[in-house]
Amino acid sequence: MDVATIVQVLESTLRLATPLLFACLAGLISERAGVFDIGLEGKMLMAAFMSAAIAYVSGNVWVGLTAAVFASVVLSLVHGVASITFRGNQLISGVAINFLAAGITVVVAQNWFRQGGRTPSLSGNARMQRIDLPFVDAVRDVPVLGPIYTILSGHALLVYIAFLCVPLTWYVLFRTRFGLRLRAVGENPAAVDTAGVSVVRLRYGAVAICGVLCGLAGAYLATGLSAGFVKDMTAGRGFIALAAMIFAKWRPWHAMGAVLLFGLLEAVANRFQNIEILGVGVPVQAMQALPYILTVVILAGFVGKAIPPRAGGWPYVKEH
Amino acid sequence: MRTGKIPHWADVTLVPLFSVALAFAISAVLIWAIGESPWEAVKLMVEGAFGSSYGWGYTLFYATNFIFTGLAVAVAFQARLFNIGGEGQALLGGLGVALVCLYIPWPHWSIALIAASLGAALFGAAWALIPGYLQAKRGSHIVITTIMFNFIAASLLGYMLVSVLRVPGSQDPASPRFPSEIALPKLHEILGLVGIPFSTVPPVNIALLLGIAMCFAVWFMLWRTRLGYQIRAFGESEPAAQYAGISPVRITIYVMLISGALAGMMAVNSVMGEQQRLVMNAVEGAGFIGIAVALMGRNHPFGVFLAAILFGFLYQGGAELALWTSIPRELIVVIQALVILFTGALDNMVRMPITRLFARTRRAG
Repeated sequence: MDVATIVQVLESTLRLATPLLFACLAGLISERAGVFDIGLEGKMLMAAFMSAAIAYVSGNVWVGLTAAVFASVVLSLVHGVASITFRGNQLISGVAINFLAAGITVVVAQNWFRQGGRTPSLSGNARMQRIDLPFVDAVRDVPVLGPIYTILSGHALLVYIAFLCVPLTWYVLFRTRFGLRLRAVGENPAAVDTAGVSVVRLRYGAVAICGVLCGLAGAYLATGLSAGFVKDMTAGRGFIALAAMIFAKWRPWHAMGAVLLFGLLEAVANRFQNIEILGVGVPVQAMQALPYILTVVILAGFVGKAIPPRAGGWPYVKEH
Repeated sequence: MRTGKIPHWADVTLVPLFSVALAFAISAVLIWAIGESPWEAVKLMVEGAFGSSYGWGYTLFYATNFIFTGLAVAVAFQARLFNIGGEGQALLGGLGVALVCLYIPWPHWSIALIAASLGAALFGAAWALIPGYLQAKRGSHIVITTIMFNFIAASLLGYMLVSVLRVPGSQDPASPRFPSEIALPKLHEILGLVGIPFSTVPPVNIALLLGIAMCFAVWFMLWRTRLGYQIRAFGESEPAAQYAGISPVRITIYVMLISGALAGMMAVNSVMGEQQRLVMNAVEGAGFIGIAVALMGRNHPFGVFLAAILFGFLYQGGAELALWTSIPRELIVVIQALVILFTGALDNMVRMPITRLFARTRRAG
């Protein structure tokens, strides 16, 4: 393996990790506030479709992005109404949202574009453009630093935003009053309520932020990573993000590590069909299954126990 | 579960019916919004699913799949466990059926059917055992582990089909065909014995009767055996069950074994009854439809049976719709999602007007 191949694989890792990172942080914020969300996949899918469809019609990727965030937040609010207001089962609501998105995107795509449930290919300003970092050509040949800088350069704006969201999420969760309350509402909502802070408002806030981030994930998927929407294009990424969130034990910096690991696995699986580790051939399917296997192992607590927020999954019922 | 002040019969009939009505109404708006006529769509679907024995055949074939996966989810729900892994368990069940049918020469279909059912149940149960064990012993959330196991199952099956079972020289990731001697009798052959004519085309087969038998078996198990009582007690209140000497570990593992076995047995219908070989997408989402079926059927085997017929109708009707109009099959996925949403997550909202209605009639009476 030469340097050029390694650079390519790592560049691809960053790109593949981006939608995972957005979705993972989305799930993290929602679950930190005590609302389980297995509907990340559906929200991403809906956003992917809306971004591609609206970007194609308007010719402007940023209009598409806005539509994507809007659609994703709408689904988030459905989840909020079901799980916060009507105190329904959050897991079942998540499942429903995944199917709703899987169905509605194809029905509407077929109706709008008549291309078998996909959008036309995007080009020009309807796609996210790569941004070259300054002096990238000048430092390309510098040893060590050159390849690293090359890996970091030439991605769409959302890639950089995704990685900036990591310190931002950390700061909001652990250094602001809103974050403190948000975490408290996921651990002990009764205490937050006693302090005179609205549990319902905080949880809706968290669910809405989750929607915005899933919207960005989907928009990047359809207009940055690919050039258009195809049926079921999220292909389980929402669940990998969920896995990454558990793997990271609901902590932002660790989430970045987890999605980079899972992104690397995907990049390697895409690049090489057969991998040999210590002379033993590893089938590509094993690489694909690895994130899920790792998550099960982590959840089982064999390698450090993953403990979710204490009030996660339970609707809050105010005492009378 | 808070059922408010409505009688039990209303809770098990009106709530699901009202939910389905809501789901249909929203779907009708969607059909209208994409420029088709909802009325024409309903007519096409009913005609396509129930208008001929051909339509009935497909409706019942799909329904058979959903009976198995619906029962699987319902049994787990009885113990308050959400087994979302029916898809993976059914995939593994398919692998069990394929191994039994390919590697052992069976003299007659009837023996092969019993062996394949056991193989499917065994593989499905084994795939549910690990999440069950992890939930019971290590406290890993069963929903997350069963989701992960769906993906692991898909990868495992991909590996088996590409590298182990594939016909040599073929590009198609599928197993060889099963011997034709063990093809299951189709419904038209069974009905032919008593002189009822039935379309020979649809793949509905004897597995339908197996499914109905499983409905009775699950009912008997849940309401007529000690284990069933323990399962329901555990589902009602875990601390109370524990106080009564019921072991949560034992119940969780037993329930997941039964649930996984039922999901796995779906493969008898789809893999052995229809395709007669193992292919990648042998389950086609039926594991997930089981969730909607169990929710609609209120976790009761008879309810599951009725809900499975409803979803069989939706799938066959949806296929006809896609054939004759520009409405794609995915419309059914939307209806399915709405049914899950209203019966499973927004049930308190659906229940509200019904509760109010009963309160008013009570005051009037």
